[in-house]
Amino acid sequence: MSLQDKDRIFTNIYGFQPWNLKSAQMRGDWDKTKDLMKRGQDAIIEEIKASGLRGRGGAGFPTGLKWSFMPKEPRADRPSFLVINADESEPGSCKDREIIRHDPHKLIEGALIAGFAMRARAAYIYIRGEFIREAETLFAAVQEAYDAGLLGKNAAKSGYDFDVFVHRGAGAYICGEETAMIESLEGKKGQPRLKPPFPAGAGLYGCPTTVNNVESIAVVPTILRRGAPWFSSFGRENNKGTKLFQISGHVNTPCVVEEEMSIPFRELIDKHCGGIRGGWDNLLAVIPGGSSVPLVPAAEIMDAPMDFDGLKAVGSGLGTAAAIVMDKSTDVVQAISRISYFYKHESCGQCTPCREGTGWMWRVMERLRIGDADISEIDTLYDVTKQVEGHTICALGDAAAWPIQGLIKHFRPELERRIRDNGGVLEAAE
Amino acid sequence: MADAPQIPDEAETRARWGAFAWTAENAAKAKAVIARYPAGRQRSAVMPLLDLAQRQVGAETQTQGWLPVPVIEYVAAQLDMPFMRAYEVASFYTMYNLVPVGRYHVQVCGTTPCLLRGSDDVMAACKNRGMTKGKTTPDGLFTLTEVECMGTCTNAPMVQINDDNYEDLDFDRMAAILDALAAGETPKAGTQIAGRHTSEPEGGPTTLKEMVKSNHDYRKEW
Repeated sequence: MSLQDKDRIFTNIYGFQPWNLKSAQMRGDWDKTKDLMKRGQDAIIEEIKASGLRGRGGAGFPTGLKWSFMPKEPRADRPSFLVINADESEPGSCKDREIIRHDPHKLIEGALIAGFAMRARAAYIYIRGEFIREAETLFAAVQEAYDAGLLGKNAAKSGYDFDVFVHRGAGAYICGEETAMIESLEGKKGQPRLKPPFPAGAGLYGCPTTVNNVESIAVVPTILRRGAPWFSSFGRENNKGTKLFQISGHVNTPCVVEEEMSIPFRELIDKHCGGIRGGWDNLLAVIPGGSSVPLVPAAEIMDAPMDFDGLKAVGSGLGTAAAIVMDKSTDVVQAISRISYFYKHESCGQCTPCREGTGWMWRVMERLRIGDADISEIDTLYDVTKQVEGHTICALGDAAAWPIQGLIKHFRPELERRIRDNGGVLEAAE
Repeated sequence: MADAPQIPDEAETRARWGAFAWTAENAAKAKAVIARYPAGRQRSAVMPLLDLAQRQVGAETQTQGWLPVPVIEYVAAQLDMPFMRAYEVASFYTMYNLVPVGRYHVQVCGTTPCLLRGSDDVMAACKNRGMTKGKTTPDGLFTLTEVECMGTCTNAPMVQINDDNYEDLDFDRMAAILDALAAGETPKAGTQIAGRHTSEPEGGPTTLKEMVKSNHDYRKEW
């Protein structure tokens, strides 16, 4: 059993057909949106709750529940906002880009419905700055929706006034963190805020705000049209629905593909990616959810279900469902060290453990890569990752620590071998 | 930060850019940008306006553009915010160039997904053309930067040159793109694999095959 095309939500994900409004409507977008909204705000939230949709940005928080934290009767001087996180920068992730450039109307229609359900006045779509052409498409698609009366006053003839604005970032991974995104939208450096207050209480401009991932919002109209039982018929308990998987690295044909949640890793790779380069025996390890999650060695990942709980069980996480596959030709220490460099580069500099720790961890990783270290430094490095993890305002510190912890956990013998080999060379030279 | 690029001489910069002002077209764009944010929250427009300003500088200098201090001052004044707050933004985000760049800003992604697929070869192709990381070539044509994940991982390795992505690269394909740019041509953006469309598996999609030929409506099968 596997997902059939008729049950795929993003039918134009590869962009073989035009993204424009007319083509999108022929595929079923913006079809009687008014009737969906007529069900009422609470009914929409209940339906999303019942569908089991969990946030697609990485944390996996139930989307319907998140919406229900928003005030039921916003004050006129404190309107509510929906912020849509399109700052896709997690290494390995490239799904929101495909939605935005090939199926933007799913996102815009979702923004209207979600914004209506949480009683928001407007939505800001924060798209990462490097998505230049994608942002051009998104601006044009929003304009199309305005011109057709689907946004603005009396949006889609629903009687509800709703605006959608696009805001381009300018190159900062940290702005994918929800409070950093809000800071950035306010025209500041993207440095995360302390919580509480949570955005639902005081977010953008001090007003109640919900931040949702692009994919979480873009699936909403289809869930409402087909019903919660349809969506929750896919995937295991607590891991419902369909999901865009992104497979990069050492597979024969890397791709983005929508599949059922909980699909076993082996099936996902064999069906869509032409298998592992050099065959399954050649698989070394996989980072299954974007660079922030620990890697999983071949034997453990092969038959793991690709969902939140299945990957947690193997000591990792689903994250954004971006699998980075590494075969046995990989210098695994270099691969993780490069991720450490990424976090060093992207640390916003606000919290000392992260600002100093990410650079420190990267420098030690670079020495471990060539074995220029003492065996005891592996434990020291592990200690430092524990000092960074959990001691920062946002999760970037954790994200920088976990890949290294995963490496030490699974590849300690390799690290020790390099140190010994390097030491041996030095001795021989003396 | 010893390797940080040196901010150009202030007197020279001020002489060249002190009189910066929007072109008529960009003035209208700036007004539309500010209107996206609630009244009194015009500061939110600082990022789009800095981008617009960088593009205008780029158009005037035939490069990707950069942000001289007087230009940042101009944007800050328009938004009624202190210069330092605008400068903080300009220096925090990587896409604002604080020093002049070349005609083409070659940004090679070097993060792990690209690394695994051969970004070193792409970098080598750039170096083979005389580029150095962080520097502009003497003819002013190329500036080379290694950047962090650009979100195109299923089409790795990739490079972004000014506004366009070039994906699924190797040494030869990258060399061909650089040759074409140097010759004043416009190479085809996107994937460089013949027959691959976007992010579907190479050799043709494994799903949604009806969509290749026509705008298929799957609702009939619900």
